[in-house]
Amino acid sequence: MEIVVLLKQVPATESLVKIADDGVSIKTDDIKFVMNPYDEIAVEEALRIKEAQGGKVTIISVGTDKTVEAIRTALAMGADEGILINDPAAEGCDALGIARILAAALKDIPCDLIIAGQRAVDDDNYQVGSAVAEFMGIPSISMVTKEEIADGKIKCQRSIDGGTSVIESPLPALFTTQRGLNEPRYASLPGIMKAKKKPLDTKSLADIRLDSAKVGEPVTRIKAMNFPPEREGGKIIEGETAQDKAVELVKLLHEDAKVI
Amino acid sequence: MSQGILAIAEQIDGVFRKVTYEALSEGKRMAGSLGCDLTAVVLGSGVEDISKDLGKYGADRILVGDNPALSEYLTDAYANVIADIIEKEDPAAVILGASVQGRDLSARLSARLGAALAMDCVSVSIDGESVIVTRPMYGGKILADVALEGKLRIVAIRPNAMSIEESEGAGAVEKIDVDAGKIDLNFVEKKLETGKIDLTEADVVVSGGRGMGGSDYSVVEEMAALLEGAVGASRSAVDEGWRPHADQVGQTGKVVSPNLYIAAGISGAIQHLAGMSSSKVIVAINKDSEAPIFSKADYGIVGDLFEVLPLVTAEIKKLKG
Repeated sequence: MEIVVLLKQVPATESLVKIADDGVSIKTDDIKFVMNPYDEIAVEEALRIKEAQGGKVTIISVGTDKTVEAIRTALAMGADEGILINDPAAEGCDALGIARILAAALKDIPCDLIIAGQRAVDDDNYQVGSAVAEFMGIPSISMVTKEEIADGKIKCQRSIDGGTSVIESPLPALFTTQRGLNEPRYASLPGIMKAKKKPLDTKSLADIRLDSAKVGEPVTRIKAMNFPPEREGGKIIEGETAQDKAVELVKLLHEDAKVI
Repeated sequence: MSQGILAIAEQIDGVFRKVTYEALSEGKRMAGSLGCDLTAVVLGSGVEDISKDLGKYGADRILVGDNPALSEYLTDAYANVIADIIEKEDPAAVILGASVQGRDLSARLSARLGAALAMDCVSVSIDGESVIVTRPMYGGKILADVALEGKLRIVAIRPNAMSIEESEGAGAVEKIDVDAGKIDLNFVEKKLETGKIDLTEADVVVSGGRGMGGSDYSVVEEMAALLEGAVGASRSAVDEGWRPHADQVGQTGKVVSPNLYIAAGISGAIQHLAGMSSSKVIVAINKDSEAPIFSKADYGIVGDLFEVLPLVTAEIKKLKG
């Protein structure tokens, strides 16, 4: 089974995000960058499939020199090979542009299965995985919590609003991860040592034979970033007893806030 | 931009999701500022009867694609049919709910049609030829104004963010022929938790965190049931296995914006705060008076949630008579 995992490096979720001087991006200097948490789940699932069925796990990412760290982490977890598409023409791409680049790169990589995070926790677009599948002309299943592969087919349980559903697809296919699919492993020390020797190729758009004009002009453009309205800490309800506090809270919710 | 607005309705087992009415209402407002029509699209099997209802939310036309192949949502079948409709109708913008289904469908459509897509929009404005949306990024830590350019825009709206407004549309139902095209995916089954209100659509969310100390959420569940709300959980409670992943509120879970959010035994890690700060009213109940959650809460009670929650529930019961 040839498995490819789409990976993105993102600010760690505990980061306090600050808006950069240009007003349309965030300050990156003090931020710790990590593998997107949903991609960690994707790497883990790819490794489990490989461990059960044999095959190879390739990690692919569009990024910068810095992204090498996140790819190395995936290699340390046990993936076999990494590919980084690093090209100035890829900067400023929107999600569709990134998906076009990934789809172009995937033309050269044999794959039966592609796994991606349901979303990257920076842009929260929920778009790249499905878009890559669309550009490749293969089926996609999103928000997967369980999968089973047999006889050239994948059967996935997925989260839907209000419950779960089960969908089956022929391979090759792409699916995106939901929490609950697995608990990603930590990279072991021997894993980290081995990862240093694993192949990690950096490619330009020319290397994947993609004309930068074909990446397309971005159709979504961030005009401004703002912080959500700051919430002020409100009233701490005082009272002699818990009963008094409960009475006061319900009164406030009913009479002042009018939410019950 | 003289073309119309196309709103994609979402129904499950013959019932429209609340976000459908929100999408139609917002679509109507967009159509109003552009001086164009709002067309609703309903796909499914046996959905003609329920479709008429959408006229009440401003739909001038209601296109109904009724076909057994569409009885359950399948990404490829739905994308094929909607892409055909978009090609024929040539709308200026498509609006739909950023539900699990809406996100899946819109991502696939954006790639097929080269459309500008914005997910989880909380507001939409039209300025001449351009559509500008506001949407959260970084799990809600940032609100970005995003311009959608190009010929077609897809606006996926966050559930509970847009107001529902009834307005008279002509509401003429037109049955259309649909061709589901090449379908690779096969629907096997689905399981819905009956009677459970979806976290992202709930008006009230009662969440329990590490302070719950275990998987017994009965005090939280009782209050949620009384307020016809949903139960949420912090990441640490989910990681402990006390609640399912689907209940998680926060940057790596669901972002919610109910009218009332009650956080019980949740200290308020930055990832959790990002996921609930857009709630209208926040109540925090925590033993630790220094817990960061109190800095975001409109009302706070320092105390033991197992003592306080049942007392509050009892008071609400009295109020409701």
